Amino acid sequence: MIPADFQAIDRGGPGTPLLALDGLRKHFPIRGGLFGRTVATVRAVDGVTFAVRKGETLGIVGESGCGKSTTARLLMRLLDLDAGSMVFDGEGVGQDSQTGGIGLKDYRRQVQMVFQDSYASLNPRLPIEDSIAFAPRVHGLPGGEARGRARELLEAVGLAPAQFARRYPHELSGGQRQRVNIARALALRPRLVLLDEPVSALDKSVEAQVLNLLVDLKERFGLTYVFISHDLNVVQYISDRVLVMYLGEVAEIGPVDAIYERPAHPYTRALLASRPSMDPARRRTEPPLTGDPPNPVNPPSGCRFRTRCPHAEPVCAEQSPPAANLGGGHEARCLMALPGSGHSQAPRLAA
Amino acid sequence: MSAAVAQQPLPTGNPLVRLRDLHVRFVSRDATVHAVNGVDLDLATGEVLCILGESGSGKSVTLRALMRLLPRTARVEGGIEVAGRDVQAMDEGELQDFRGGDVAMIFQEPMTALDPVFTIGQQIGETVRRHEKASRREADARALELLELVQIPSAKRRLAAYPHELSGGLRQRAMIAVALACRPKLLLADEPTTALDATVQIQVLLLLRKLQEQMGMGVVFVTHDLGVAGEIADRVAVMYAGKVVEEGPVGPLMGGPLHPYPRGLLGATVHPGMRGKRLTTIPGAPPSLERAPTGCPFAPRCPEVEEPACTAAVPAPRSPVPGRAARCIHVVAA
Repeated sequence: MIPADFQAIDRGGPGTPLLALDGLRKHFPIRGGLFGRTVATVRAVDGVTFAVRKGETLGIVGESGCGKSTTARLLMRLLDLDAGSMVFDGEGVGQDSQTGGIGLKDYRRQVQMVFQDSYASLNPRLPIEDSIAFAPRVHGLPGGEARGRARELLEAVGLAPAQFARRYPHELSGGQRQRVNIARALALRPRLVLLDEPVSALDKSVEAQVLNLLVDLKERFGLTYVFISHDLNVVQYISDRVLVMYLGEVAEIGPVDAIYERPAHPYTRALLASRPSMDPARRRTEPPLTGDPPNPVNPPSGCRFRTRCPHAEPVCAEQSPPAANLGGGHEARCLMALPGSGHSQAPRLAA
Repeated sequence: MSAAVAQQPLPTGNPLVRLRDLHVRFVSRDATVHAVNGVDLDLATGEVLCILGESGSGKSVTLRALMRLLPRTARVEGGIEVAGRDVQAMDEGELQDFRGGDVAMIFQEPMTALDPVFTIGQQIGETVRRHEKASRREADARALELLELVQIPSAKRRLAAYPHELSGGLRQRAMIAVALACRPKLLLADEPTTALDATVQIQVLLLLRKLQEQMGMGVVFVTHDLGVAGEIADRVAVMYAGKVVEEGPVGPLMGGPLHPYPRGLLGATVHPGMRGKRLTTIPGAPPSLERAPTGCPFAPRCPEVEEPACTAAVPAPRSPVPGRAARCIHVVAA
């Protein structure tokens, strides 16, 4: 058993990605008819490849149905993969340690998650201190030590233990509950924390408090974050790199400045343009995109965005665009960014 | 724009909505919650007023009071006048004509606001038939016209669709169509875009603004999102602990709020270009409303608090320029 009181050591060195994902796929069958046959398939996550680097915050943005929450659940292994591989710090996740892998129990100790609904994710019948101490006890820490750690973490998230430790979730406000969830996620000294819309349900003044707290905790505990949100301003604030998802695929990934200042995918551009302007003098008159995101049950052929894309051409329907490398780790899956792709707006191939 | 849905604006000078000293308390055996504590608001015909506030600020309760949609446990006091009629004095029959006729409401979650066992066409038609005594055929024609008005693609086919068959954005448009079916003078909107995706939210906001201009409606729009208010409002009223703490035209208010609460809110809202900087926060949490506030309700969280002036009495609204007002002792009245 891994001692539960220290963060696991860095094995692969700083150059190895903390978590490397290759070709992640998760389809959900829709059953119907007399014999419960599969009548359709929701392609929630369809061939997603990316890496989370050590010490960074990777933001994942996209609209509902784009697969960002399914991706988070796959990363946590709350769902089983249909295909693809996950490598955590050089070790295959879910493989036998004899063959250089890491078992799920050890993996989950190092990867923890914070959910959007702060109330539903806490046991209503446990005082918050016991909720936080629960996982360390499961992983072998004696009760007294586990409680001590819970109090220490409550202190770290800004809730005075003397005042809050014995309270139940319903006695706390939304912001306080989300702090408890964060403390619980940190109780096993994880290296990677998945934050699935952690501030979306909070009021603005509380949201800022929690964001500041997340920044502090990352520094203090040496964490790596995967931050999932639909709020582009929040993602820009907190992320080092940003991944844009559309209908189960990666549309664009890159450093935060490249994504926000030089977006290459038309979907990223539309998402950015959909943000309210915060300036009543510069109101828009035309929406940047029409229509809703299509259903992931039957995604369009070729580029999945082409049905809403203002630049779509016949060539877009033919093939799923490969990732075009724009330099500095910035990649976009759009034919307009790919030299020689056959799209009229694509850059020419250098001779 | 079809003539059928066009509407003559009321003569100006007569406000469409006039709220005077509105108080709402929720009384139960265990506790009394003072949700709204003295709200005065006016809305002119053809104006969009955003009520901005965090959860528990009383913004939705104020909105519901305008249509008398509050539950029986609510004790409502004060003057509520809509389109020249006293809402408090209406009996049940008058209320039924009033709701959906003069005033309509759209909600945050169209899936729960629409009836799941009737088609969209039936739900629009029902409203038209109830209020205008129209025939079934006329009602169907109007339903189609309304679906086209709210820009639902292939409207004819969608008339026969049930709510669960539509996407979130289309459902919200369908609910707007139901609300506009009888050309209300006043549209009440309770966070109608909060549950939508960013690319759909902006479409619905632009649609609402366009319809409001075409039909000359007054709109009261409740939101917690400053950005949404910036896109749709003419005027903004910021609520805190059941009181309007600041009110003014949207541009100046968002450019430089007078009251420390909206100032803090603006500072705490994440803007582009704040990367690496620490976010300014408003410390603490809103007060419990089990007792009506006796001083400035924001005083415990305010960076500029001055004892005892702030806590001695609830500050009266002070107006430094015409059209703007804030309940703060630091604001110098003109």
